[in-house]
Amino acid sequence: MRTMRIILNNRQEEFDQSTLSVSELIKVKEFSFRLLVTKINGKLIRKDERETAIIQDGDKVDVIHLISGG
Amino acid sequence: MKSLAEIKKILKKKSIGIAGAGGLGSNCAVALARVGVGKIVIADFDTISKQNLNRQYFFLEQIGQKKVFALADNIFYINPYIEVEAHDKKLKPYHIKPLYRNCDVIIEAFDLAEMKEMLIETVMEELPDKPLIVGLGMAGWGDNNSIKTRKSGNLYICGDERSEINDLLPALAPRVGIVAHMQANLALELLLNE
Repeated sequence: MRTMRIILNNRQEEFDQSTLSVSELIKVKEFSFRLLVTKINGKLIRKDERETAIIQDGDKVDVIHLISGG
Repeated sequence: MKSLAEIKKILKKKSIGIAGAGGLGSNCAVALARVGVGKIVIADFDTISKQNLNRQYFFLEQIGQKKVFALADNIFYINPYIEVEAHDKKLKPYHIKPLYRNCDVIIEAFDLAEMKEMLIETVMEELPDKPLIVGLGMAGWGDNNSIKTRKSGNLYICGDERSEINDLLPALAPRVGIVAHMQANLALELLLNE
Protein backbone atom coordinates (compact mmCIF):
# COMPACT_ATOMS: atom_id res chain seq x y z
CA MET A 1 0.00 0.00 0.00
CA ARG A 2 1.21 3.51 -0.82
CA THR A 3 1.83 5.84 2.01
CA MET A 4 1.55 9.61 2.18
CA ARG A 5 3.76 12.20 3.81
CA ILE A 6 2.34 15.58 4.72
CA ILE A 7 3.33 18.53 6.88
CA LEU A 8 0.74 18.70 9.64
CA ASN A 9 1.00 21.76 11.89
CA ASN A 10 4.60 22.30 10.77
CA ARG A 11 5.64 18.69 11.49
CA GLN A 12 6.15 15.92 9.00
CA GLU A 13 3.76 13.00 9.43
CA GLU A 14 3.30 9.76 7.54
CA PHE A 15 0.00 7.99 6.90
CA ASP A 16 -0.77 4.50 5.57
CA GLN A 17 -3.44 5.84 3.23
CA SER A 18 -2.46 7.50 -0.08
CA THR A 19 -5.13 10.19 0.32
CA LEU A 20 -7.29 11.34 3.21
CA SER A 21 -10.20 13.70 3.44
CA VAL A 22 -9.89 16.39 6.10
CA SER A 23 -12.64 14.62 8.08
CA GLU A 24 -10.70 11.35 7.93
CA LEU A 25 -7.52 13.08 9.06
CA ILE A 26 -9.37 14.54 12.04
CA LYS A 27 -10.60 11.03 12.90
CA VAL A 28 -7.21 9.33 12.45
CA LYS A 29 -5.42 11.95 14.54
CA GLU A 30 -8.21 11.86 17.14
CA PHE A 31 -8.66 15.63 17.05
CA SER A 32 -11.80 15.63 19.19
CA PHE A 33 -11.87 19.36 19.87
CA ARG A 34 -15.23 21.07 19.44
CA LEU A 35 -14.09 23.89 17.16
CA LEU A 36 -11.32 23.63 14.59
CA VAL A 37 -10.03 25.73 11.73
CA THR A 38 -8.63 23.54 8.94
CA LYS A 39 -6.38 24.57 6.04
CA ILE A 40 -4.80 22.72 3.11
CA ASN A 41 -1.82 24.51 1.54
CA GLY A 42 -2.99 27.76 3.08
CA LYS A 43 -6.56 27.49 1.77
CA LEU A 44 -9.34 27.58 4.34
CA ILE A 45 -11.42 24.39 4.39
CA ARG A 46 -14.77 25.19 5.95
CA LYS A 47 -16.61 22.72 8.16
CA ASP A 48 -19.01 21.64 5.40
CA GLU A 49 -16.10 21.05 3.00
CA ARG A 50 -14.13 18.67 5.22
CA GLU A 51 -15.74 15.48 3.87
CA THR A 52 -14.84 16.32 0.28
CA ALA A 53 -11.53 18.18 0.71
CA ILE A 54 -8.77 15.68 -0.09
CA ILE A 55 -5.27 15.75 1.35
CA GLN A 56 -2.52 14.37 -0.86
CA ASP A 57 1.14 13.50 -0.55
CA GLY A 58 3.26 16.62 0.06
CA ASP A 59 0.40 18.83 1.22
CA LYS A 60 0.80 21.27 4.05
CA VAL A 61 -2.12 20.93 6.43
CA ASP A 62 -3.00 23.03 9.44
CA VAL A 63 -5.52 22.03 12.08
CA ILE A 64 -5.98 24.82 14.58
CA HIS A 65 -7.79 24.20 17.86
CA LEU A 66 -10.03 27.11 18.82
CA ILE A 67 -9.62 27.35 22.55
CA SER A 68 -11.75 29.74 24.58
CA GLY A 69 -10.04 32.30 26.78
CA GLY A 70 -8.72 35.77 26.41
CA MET B 1 18.76 47.50 13.88
CA LYS B 2 16.81 50.71 14.41
CA SER B 3 17.16 53.52 16.90
CA LEU B 4 14.30 54.33 19.22
CA ALA B 5 13.69 57.51 17.19
CA GLU B 6 13.44 55.49 13.96
CA ILE B 7 11.12 52.97 15.60
CA LYS B 8 8.82 55.74 16.81
CA LYS B 9 8.77 57.33 13.38
CA ILE B 10 7.75 54.08 11.68
CA LEU B 11 5.15 53.10 14.27
CA LYS B 12 3.52 56.51 14.22
CA LYS B 13 2.35 55.78 10.68
CA LYS B 14 0.96 52.34 11.53
CA SER B 15 -2.52 51.24 12.42
CA ILE B 16 -3.44 48.15 14.41
CA GLY B 17 -6.88 46.58 14.66
CA ILE B 18 -7.86 44.78 17.84
CA ALA B 19 -10.98 42.62 18.05
CA GLY B 20 -12.02 42.39 21.70
CA ALA B 21 -11.08 44.59 24.67
CA GLY B 22 -10.86 42.06 27.50
CA GLY B 23 -7.81 40.31 28.93
CA LEU B 24 -5.91 40.06 25.66
CA GLY B 25 -7.21 43.21 23.98
CA SER B 26 -6.80 45.66 26.84
CA ASN B 27 -3.26 44.56 27.73
CA CYS B 28 -2.16 44.33 24.09
CA ALA B 29 -3.58 47.78 23.29
CA VAL B 30 -1.79 49.36 26.26
CA ALA B 31 1.55 47.82 25.22
CA LEU B 32 1.09 49.10 21.66
CA ALA B 33 0.12 52.53 22.98
CA ARG B 34 3.28 52.68 25.10
CA VAL B 35 5.49 52.03 22.06
CA GLY B 36 3.63 54.69 20.08
CA VAL B 37 1.61 52.93 17.39
CA GLY B 38 -0.16 55.75 15.50
CA LYS B 39 -3.67 54.39 15.47
CA ILE B 40 -5.55 51.64 17.27
CA VAL B 41 -8.98 50.41 16.13
CA ILE B 42 -10.76 48.53 18.93
CA ALA B 43 -14.17 46.86 19.02
CA ASP B 44 -16.01 45.21 21.92
CA PHE B 45 -19.59 45.23 23.21
CA ASP B 46 -18.98 44.33 26.85
CA THR B 47 -19.01 46.40 30.04
CA ILE B 48 -16.40 46.16 32.80
CA SER B 49 -17.27 43.97 35.78
CA LYS B 50 -15.44 43.45 39.07
CA GLN B 51 -14.35 39.96 37.94
CA ASN B 52 -12.54 41.44 34.93
CA LEU B 53 -10.02 43.26 37.12
CA ASN B 54 -8.03 40.08 37.81
CA ARG B 55 -6.47 40.33 34.35
CA GLN B 56 -7.86 43.21 32.30
CA TYR B 57 -6.33 46.67 32.07
CA PHE B 58 -9.12 48.55 33.85
CA PHE B 59 -9.63 50.14 37.26
CA LEU B 60 -12.19 49.84 40.06
CA GLU B 61 -13.82 53.18 39.25
CA GLN B 62 -14.39 52.01 35.64
CA ILE B 63 -16.72 49.14 36.63
CA GLY B 64 -19.94 49.46 34.64
CA GLN B 65 -18.33 51.41 31.80
CA LYS B 66 -18.08 50.10 28.25
CA LYS B 67 -14.71 48.42 27.79
CA VAL B 68 -13.83 50.15 24.52
CA PHE B 69 -14.40 53.64 25.91
CA ALA B 70 -12.64 52.91 29.21
CA LEU B 71 -9.69 51.51 27.25
CA ALA B 72 -9.59 54.61 25.05
CA ASP B 73 -9.45 56.70 28.26
CA ASN B 74 -6.61 54.58 29.69
CA ILE B 75 -4.63 54.88 26.47
CA PHE B 76 -5.18 58.66 26.54
CA TYR B 77 -3.64 58.82 30.02
CA ILE B 78 -0.56 56.96 28.72
CA ASN B 79 -0.15 58.69 25.37
CA PRO B 80 -2.70 61.30 24.29
CA TYR B 81 -1.26 61.47 20.76
CA ILE B 82 -2.49 58.02 19.80
CA GLU B 83 -5.60 57.98 17.69
CA VAL B 84 -8.04 55.47 19.12
CA GLU B 85 -11.08 54.42 17.11
CA ALA B 86 -13.41 52.70 19.60
CA HIS B 87 -16.39 50.72 18.34
CA ASP B 88 -19.00 49.64 20.87
CA LYS B 89 -20.39 46.66 19.00
CA LYS B 90 -20.57 42.90 18.98
CA LEU B 91 -18.61 42.01 15.88
CA LYS B 92 -20.35 40.14 13.08
CA PRO B 93 -18.67 38.87 9.88
CA TYR B 94 -19.94 41.86 7.89
CA HIS B 95 -18.25 44.31 10.29
CA ILE B 96 -14.74 42.91 9.91
CA LYS B 97 -13.66 44.17 6.50
CA PRO B 98 -15.01 47.73 6.79
CA LEU B 99 -13.55 48.12 10.28
CA TYR B 100 -10.10 46.62 9.78
CA ARG B 101 -9.29 46.90 6.04
CA ASN B 102 -6.94 49.87 6.58
CA CYS B 103 -5.11 48.35 9.54
CA ASP B 104 -1.60 46.97 8.99
CA VAL B 105 -2.16 44.07 11.39
CA ILE B 106 -5.25 42.60 13.07
CA ILE B 107 -5.11 41.16 16.57
CA GLU B 108 -7.73 38.64 17.70
CA ALA B 109 -8.51 39.21 21.36
CA PHE B 110 -11.86 37.52 21.94
CA ASP B 111 -12.57 35.11 24.76
CA LEU B 112 -15.06 32.74 23.09
CA ALA B 113 -13.87 30.08 20.63
CA GLU B 114 -16.87 30.76 18.34
CA MET B 115 -15.81 34.39 17.95
CA LYS B 116 -12.20 33.39 17.29
CA GLU B 117 -13.45 31.02 14.56
CA MET B 118 -15.62 33.76 13.03
CA LEU B 119 -12.74 36.24 12.87
CA ILE B 120 -10.17 33.77 11.50
CA GLU B 121 -12.51 32.54 8.76
CA THR B 122 -13.69 36.03 7.82
CA VAL B 123 -10.18 37.52 7.64
CA MET B 124 -8.86 34.54 5.66
CA GLU B 125 -11.64 34.93 3.11
CA GLU B 126 -12.15 38.69 2.92
CA LEU B 127 -8.73 40.11 3.88
CA PRO B 128 -6.39 37.23 2.93
CA ASP B 129 -3.25 39.41 2.75
CA LYS B 130 -3.75 40.89 6.21
CA PRO B 131 -1.62 39.44 9.03
CA LEU B 132 -3.88 38.12 11.81
CA ILE B 133 -2.44 37.36 15.25
CA VAL B 134 -4.65 35.15 17.41
CA GLY B 135 -4.39 34.11 21.06
CA LEU B 136 -5.09 30.44 21.71
CA GLY B 137 -4.57 28.73 25.06
CA MET B 138 -3.55 30.72 28.13
CA ALA B 139 -5.59 29.41 31.07
CA GLY B 140 -4.13 28.66 34.48
CA TRP B 141 -0.70 29.53 35.82
CA GLY B 142 2.96 28.51 35.55
CA ASP B 143 4.46 26.51 32.68
CA ASN B 144 5.98 29.53 30.92
CA ASN B 145 7.65 27.45 28.26
CA SER B 146 4.40 25.96 26.94
CA ILE B 147 3.47 29.36 25.47
CA LYS B 148 4.82 29.92 21.98
CA THR B 149 4.18 31.34 18.51
CA ARG B 150 3.27 29.41 15.36
CA LYS B 151 2.85 30.75 11.83
CA SER B 152 0.42 29.38 9.26
CA GLY B 153 0.47 31.68 6.21
CA ASN B 154 -0.77 35.09 7.31
CA LEU B 155 -2.20 33.59 10.49
CA TYR B 156 -0.02 33.74 13.59
CA ILE B 157 -0.94 31.85 16.75
CA CYS B 158 0.27 32.86 20.23
CA GLY B 159 -0.47 30.64 23.22
CA ASP B 160 -0.10 27.05 24.37
CA GLU B 161 -2.87 25.85 21.96
CA ARG B 162 -4.07 23.58 24.76
CA SER B 163 -5.38 25.07 27.99
CA GLU B 164 -9.04 26.10 27.89
CA ILE B 165 -10.61 28.31 30.51
CA ASN B 166 -12.94 26.48 32.92
CA ASP B 167 -13.92 26.59 36.59
CA LEU B 168 -10.79 24.73 37.67
CA LEU B 169 -8.48 26.51 35.24
CA PRO B 170 -9.28 30.21 35.35
CA ALA B 171 -7.85 33.00 33.23
CA LEU B 172 -5.27 34.83 35.36
CA ALA B 173 -3.30 37.99 34.76
CA PRO B 174 0.20 36.56 34.20
CA ARG B 175 -0.46 34.02 31.43
CA VAL B 176 -3.11 36.19 29.75
CA GLY B 177 -0.67 39.10 29.95
CA ILE B 178 2.14 37.00 28.46
CA VAL B 179 0.01 36.07 25.45
CA ALA B 180 -1.30 39.65 25.04
CA HIS B 181 2.27 40.94 25.04
CA MET B 182 3.43 38.20 22.67
CA GLN B 183 0.72 39.37 20.28
CA ALA B 184 1.90 42.99 20.65
CA ASN B 185 5.53 41.95 20.26
CA LEU B 186 4.79 39.96 17.12
CA ALA B 187 2.82 42.89 15.70
CA LEU B 188 5.90 45.08 16.21
CA GLU B 189 8.06 42.48 14.49
CA LEU B 190 5.76 42.51 11.46
CA LEU B 191 5.54 46.32 11.37
CA LEU B 192 9.23 47.04 11.89
CA ASN B 193 10.59 44.33 9.59
CA GLU B 194 8.52 45.35 6.59
